[in-house]
Amino acid sequence: VISREEIDMEILVCVKRVPDSAENEISVAPGGSDIRREDLVYSVNEWDNYAVEEAIQIAERDGGNVTVVSVGDSETEEVIRREMAMGAGQGLLLNDAAFEGSDGLGIATILEAAARKGNYDLILTGAQADDGAAQVGGMLAALLDRPYASLVNMIEVKGDGTLRVGREIEGGAQEISEIDMPCVLSIQTGINEPRYVGLRGIRKVASVEIPELDAGALGVSADRVGAGSAKVRRADYFIPASGAGAEMIEGSTEEVAAKLVDLLRAKGGIR
Amino acid sequence: MTQDHLSPSRPAPVRMPRFVLILLAALVVLSGLAWMVVQYSATDPSFSPASAMIGGFPARVLFILIPLVGLAAFGWIIARRAIPLLRAAPEPRFDRIPKRIALVLGIWLAQWRQPRYMLAGVLHIVVFFGFLVLAARSTQLVVLGFVEGFTLPGFGGALGSVYDTVKDIAATAVLVAVVILAVRRLVFRPARYAVPEKYGRDHTPEALFVLGLIGTLMISESLFEAGYLAAQSEAAHSLTPLTLVWAFERMLAGLPVATLADISLTAFTVHALTFFFFLAFLPFGKHFHVITSLFNVFFMRVTKGNVKPVAFGVSDEALDKLESFGVKKFDDFTWKHVLDFYSCVDCGRCSDRCPANRVGRPLSPRFISIKARDWAFERYPVVGKATPDGVPLIGSIYDPDEIWSCTTCGACEQECPVGIEYIDKMVDLRRGMVDDGMVPQSVQKPMSALEKRGNPWGKLEKQRAAWTAGVAEGAKIKLVEKGETADTLYFVDSITSYDDRMQKIAQATARVLQGGGVDFAVIGKDEKDSGHDVRRFGEEMLFQSLREQNSESIEASGAKRIVVSDPHALNALRNDYSGMPPVQHVSELIAEKLDSGELKLAPLADGSKTYTYHDPCYLGRHNDTYDAPRRAIDCIPGLRRVEMEGNCRDRSFCCGGGGLMLFYEPEEEQRMGVVRVRQAAEAGADVIVTACPFCLTNIEDAIKVAGLEGKMEVMDLVELVDGQLQQ
Repeated sequence: VISREEIDMEILVCVKRVPDSAENEISVAPGGSDIRREDLVYSVNEWDNYAVEEAIQIAERDGGNVTVVSVGDSETEEVIRREMAMGAGQGLLLNDAAFEGSDGLGIATILEAAARKGNYDLILTGAQADDGAAQVGGMLAALLDRPYASLVNMIEVKGDGTLRVGREIEGGAQEISEIDMPCVLSIQTGINEPRYVGLRGIRKVASVEIPELDAGALGVSADRVGAGSAKVRRADYFIPASGAGAEMIEGSTEEVAAKLVDLLRAKGGIR
Repeated sequence: MTQDHLSPSRPAPVRMPRFVLILLAALVVLSGLAWMVVQYSATDPSFSPASAMIGGFPARVLFILIPLVGLAAFGWIIARRAIPLLRAAPEPRFDRIPKRIALVLGIWLAQWRQPRYMLAGVLHIVVFFGFLVLAARSTQLVVLGFVEGFTLPGFGGALGSVYDTVKDIAATAVLVAVVILAVRRLVFRPARYAVPEKYGRDHTPEALFVLGLIGTLMISESLFEAGYLAAQSEAAHSLTPLTLVWAFERMLAGLPVATLADISLTAFTVHALTFFFFLAFLPFGKHFHVITSLFNVFFMRVTKGNVKPVAFGVSDEALDKLESFGVKKFDDFTWKHVLDFYSCVDCGRCSDRCPANRVGRPLSPRFISIKARDWAFERYPVVGKATPDGVPLIGSIYDPDEIWSCTTCGACEQECPVGIEYIDKMVDLRRGMVDDGMVPQSVQKPMSALEKRGNPWGKLEKQRAAWTAGVAEGAKIKLVEKGETADTLYFVDSITSYDDRMQKIAQATARVLQGGGVDFAVIGKDEKDSGHDVRRFGEEMLFQSLREQNSESIEASGAKRIVVSDPHALNALRNDYSGMPPVQHVSELIAEKLDSGELKLAPLADGSKTYTYHDPCYLGRHNDTYDAPRRAIDCIPGLRRVEMEGNCRDRSFCCGGGGLMLFYEPEEEQRMGVVRVRQAAEAGADVIVTACPFCLTNIEDAIKVAGLEGKMEVMDLVELVDGQLQQ
């Protein structure tokens, strides 16, 4: 068994700035290729926030250092700063006009380049983003040729270069795996209880410099990223018309409850 | 005034702490020794302790030594107890001296809050005044031990004999009270004294021990005097019948003079030993209040509704430079907070009135004090090195859920007979948790939305005045965001602006204001949440940011006065903001307009229902507005209103809390609102009228949970008034 001080992991957490569905009224913009963005407020993607918290907890518990990285523009800095206020040691902004319009593979390619710049034992991503497709984590692992576990809801550092990770399987079952480091994990919400960051915390790290890397610094060739090379393109964006089939149960509270139980039983919801 | 719970419950085994048993044994042995010693000394029957002999040795040496040792021990103990006070954070409490003196006269001297619990209160008043009266006698007895025939200056003549009569009655009354109190403690065991298992051992032994000491003092004082008087002829005639000394004199009459002298001197010795033992024992437990309560009441809260600043002497601009925020370790508490801990009487009134405690949340205000006191006594011992280890309070003596459970309703502070404060402590502990990122997940989202959007739901700013469209067909509401102005500003706040149901309160308020001829404007998109409960949840910086934005908008509106329909907004603008124009709750405005005749209300169409008024905490307790809403309700002809007796006005029971408390998911056995709705039902009401959108939300939900839909309804006062407006 290796003592805790010796573990000292370098952890990279990939985060994304998204319009938080809880703080916005999302509506589709005319043209149908995007949502209305003029009144949106942004925050860190919820899943990513859990990943950062998990990384910080690992570093606090077992020793280590956490770097938060994001692909975005200058406004993304605010999100990185918030995660640093939680306790991440470094921030890294990957910003280049050439990155705009990248598809999932493009983003993974940019992140891969950033990951290769460091010596990370563990790379975490959120399982998915509010506005995403849950693809970057896996693609990043593949590009880096590293083992990957998705939807992780428990991490235990074993100290022998491996991790015990838990994953929730459909139906509520829990799977425990061992995975060799270095590796990539995508983190499920609920793995921890992310700490709160207030204005005071953000002001404390307000003057910490966040390095910016562009395509050149990362050594990413422009033909692999950006809108031009995206192989997945959004074709349409709409809110589905509400379908029929909703059944309103009426009656007193007791009657409603009884009918609901019968219905759930009939449909297999309750065994 | 409510009665005590005198329902007998199964007595738990009463266990005495070991040190109490040792001290008790020492007292008994010393008293026995005194008996033996004075027996040998009383060859010349003298009733003057100062001239008695102990085995050929002057007794006055002993009677000088007892006070000297007692006072030295007491002084030492107090000096040690002062250490945590001196290490604590600063807090200026020497302001508003006349108000503070008035509080001492009312709450301390006149025991104003005691009869709120009638039986215990009256008994306490008897003991308290007994002590005050007997203070002179005790002083005389101490000096009598070494000065022959000493009387206090001025107590020699007629005043002296009047005093003697009064103190004889006082001693008797105290003994009777002590006996009743002991029976209460042992047999009836009022529920509020119980100590839940998680908080440690039952406190009954300490209470009984002290009652025993007080009883011993009363008996020995009377016996000392009775022994002397029994040796005199015709003494009994001047004694008040049925007093303790009268009874003892009759019992002792006829005994040989030497025996009487022995009894008298033994009683004197027992009194001296007990008195100084009691004095030195006070600072070890809940009876410390005998000494501290005077000071605690003097320094108690003089302003209602406010919250202490993060740190005294640090400007808002300099807050960013503070290393840490709030209370994290014991020494972060202010000295007044430490004095609060010392002063807790363990009477359980705070917890008895605490809505969180009532519904089974993990909070009992009494144990906030007692756990901290135990911690201080352990880490700052009377003998030995102080070992304040700087361990965080949260996770050691306090639990996060315990601190988040408080709705800051203020019932505990309203009740405390010695002026202990809890709200500032809760807020300070929360500030510490917020600073360390320990915020319940359920509250983080609304806090984040408040930061980004100025309301806890993350609703669009431009929708803030959307409710105005529903005021009335063609009604025109002035909007500051459109450049319109008026002398009166209606500050709506978040829930009333955005919540579908609560928007009806805003619309009713607008119609009532218009009906009363008030020209008013609403800010619109630049109005942010008042931040009232953001501050009380410990997020001071977010609160200050909201306050700054609102202050600018309000100033820019040019308003000369502000009207609110939400008591949380009222309290924030009145007590948390500064430089605001006068702020009025709409209920006060309605009462004024009804008095002046500018508003007239039509008779109730359906006179079959009984109404009751629920006092919102931040309108009632925190802002002393109890009568205006009642007056407004009573102006409606044909309306029958009942009070929730024992649970109204400053004893109102919190609905469950407003602001961020709406989002917090507490551990609890039932909802506060359900308790409240049941109280209304017990009072015979079918309609609860309140004057706060959060109360309305909580009570509306509670009616459903309690299964009283269709039997009980709730409405806001402005809705009631709006419905009866006579055009």
